[in-house]
Amino acid sequence: MLAKRIIPCLDIKNGRTVKGINFLDLRDAGDPVENAVRYCDEGADELVFLDITATIERREPIGELVKKIARNINIPFTVGGGIKSVDDVKNILLCGADKVSINSQAVRNSEIIKLSAQRFGSQCMVVAIDVRKNADMPSGYEVYIDGGRTATGLDALVHARCVESLGAGEILLTSMETDGTKGGFDIEITSLVSRSLSIPVIASGGAGKMEDFLTVFSPSCDAAAALAASVFHYHEIDIPDLKNYLQEHGIPVRV
Amino acid sequence: MTAVVDYNAGNVFSVLCALERLGEKAEVTSDRERILSADRVIFPGVGYAMSAMEELEKRGLADVLTSVKRPFLGICLGMQLMCSFSEEGNTGMLSIVDADVRRFDPSICPKIPHIGWNTAYDLKGPLFEGIKDGSYFFFDHSYYVPLLGSATSAVTSYYGFGYTSALERDNFFGVQFHPEKSGKAGSILLENFLNMEI
Repeated sequence: MLAKRIIPCLDIKNGRTVKGINFLDLRDAGDPVENAVRYCDEGADELVFLDITATIERREPIGELVKKIARNINIPFTVGGGIKSVDDVKNILLCGADKVSINSQAVRNSEIIKLSAQRFGSQCMVVAIDVRKNADMPSGYEVYIDGGRTATGLDALVHARCVESLGAGEILLTSMETDGTKGGFDIEITSLVSRSLSIPVIASGGAGKMEDFLTVFSPSCDAAAALAASVFHYHEIDIPDLKNYLQEHGIPVRV
Repeated sequence: MTAVVDYNAGNVFSVLCALERLGEKAEVTSDRERILSADRVIFPGVGYAMSAMEELEKRGLADVLTSVKRPFLGICLGMQLMCSFSEEGNTGMLSIVDADVRRFDPSICPKIPHIGWNTAYDLKGPLFEGIKDGSYFFFDHSYYVPLLGSATSAVTSYYGFGYTSALERDNFFGVQFHPEKSGKAGSILLENFLNMEI
C-alpha cells in the first residue's frame, strides 16, 4: 500500500538552512547537509530544499550543495528556487536531485513545465503553489509568487489544474496564512485541490502537532504527503514518534 | 568494473552516489566495448520512453544492451525500456522481455504518477536476498509493466492494481522503483546486484 509521506523542508539561504514566519524574519537552522542526513536517519520519506533567495536575487540555484546532498542521503529529494529554464531543470537533475520544484516560473513562463515534462518526465516536475485567501477568487484562494511577495490575480484551483494539464507530476501547496503559525494545515484548500486533481498534493504550511498530520492525511482531505520545517528542525515533533502515531491511527506510513 | 549506461537520461549521479556509498566505483559510459567488457551493467533512466529510445538508437546502444552477458540491472525507465513496447510515445523498445508498458488507468488509479513509498511483495531471486517481503521502496512513475508470470520477481499494488515492480530473465534484471533512493532496503538490493556471479 502506498504510504503517506512525511517531508521535512529545508529553506536555504546562502548555503544555510533558515526558517521564517509567514515567509519573513529568517532565523538560522543549521547546515543543510547535516540536517538532511539527520532526517534521513530518522525516517523522513523525502526532503525538499528551497533556495528561498534565488528568485529575488536572480541567482543560479546551488548545484554544489545539491551534489553534496545527493552523496550523503539515500532518499529522494526535490530542489526548488529560482529555476527559470529547461537547462536549469536539467542541471539540477544532473547534480542528483530527483525532482525540481518550480514556483514563480510556473506562472511567468508555464511552457517550462511542458518542455521539462516532455524531456525528463512528469515524475520530476513539482509545481509549488503559494496561496492566500481572497474572497474574490472562485476557489477562495489567490496564487502568489516571488516567495509570497507578488499577487498574481490567478485563482489557486484554476492554476493547479492548468499546471497539471501542462505535465506537472505533483503540487506542493503552501498556505501563506498558516505557514509558520503551527496552527495546522489549511484543510480547506488542500482538500479542494487534492480532490479536484489527479496528481498528488503535498500539503504545506502550519504543521504544529501530530494531530495536524493525521487531519491532513485523513480520507476527507487526503493529501499524499505533508511537508513541514520548524517542528522538525527544532525537535518539537520527532519523525519516528510521528510515524508511530499515524500508524496507530490507521494511516499507512513507512516504518 | 560496473558500467552505468550513459544516454542522457538524467539522474545518473544519484546512482553513482549509491554505488560509491557501497564502495563501488562505476564508470558512466556509452562506449560499446566498455559496456560489453564490464563486470556488470546498470541501465538507469528517468524520462520519456520515446525520447530515451531515440537517444539509445542515436548512440548505437540498442543492440549493445541486448547482447550483454553479465548481470544487467535496469532501473525505473531502464526497466521499462527492457520491454518490447511502451504507450509513452508509442515506441518499440529493447524487447529483452516480451511485455507492453502501459499507462496507469485513471479509472482504477486516480492519482498518477504513482509517487512515493510502496511495498513490494512475492519477492523472488537473487536481487531480493535478505530483503523482507513487503519492504518499502521508492516509486515515481506513470507507466507500468503488467504482471508477466515467471519473469515477474516482485509485485506492487497501486489502488489494489497489481503490476510488475521487478523482473528477471536470465542475466537481465529490472526494478521499477529506485533502489538508489530506497533507504536500507534499496542498498541491500544494490549490494546483492554487485555481488552477483553470472
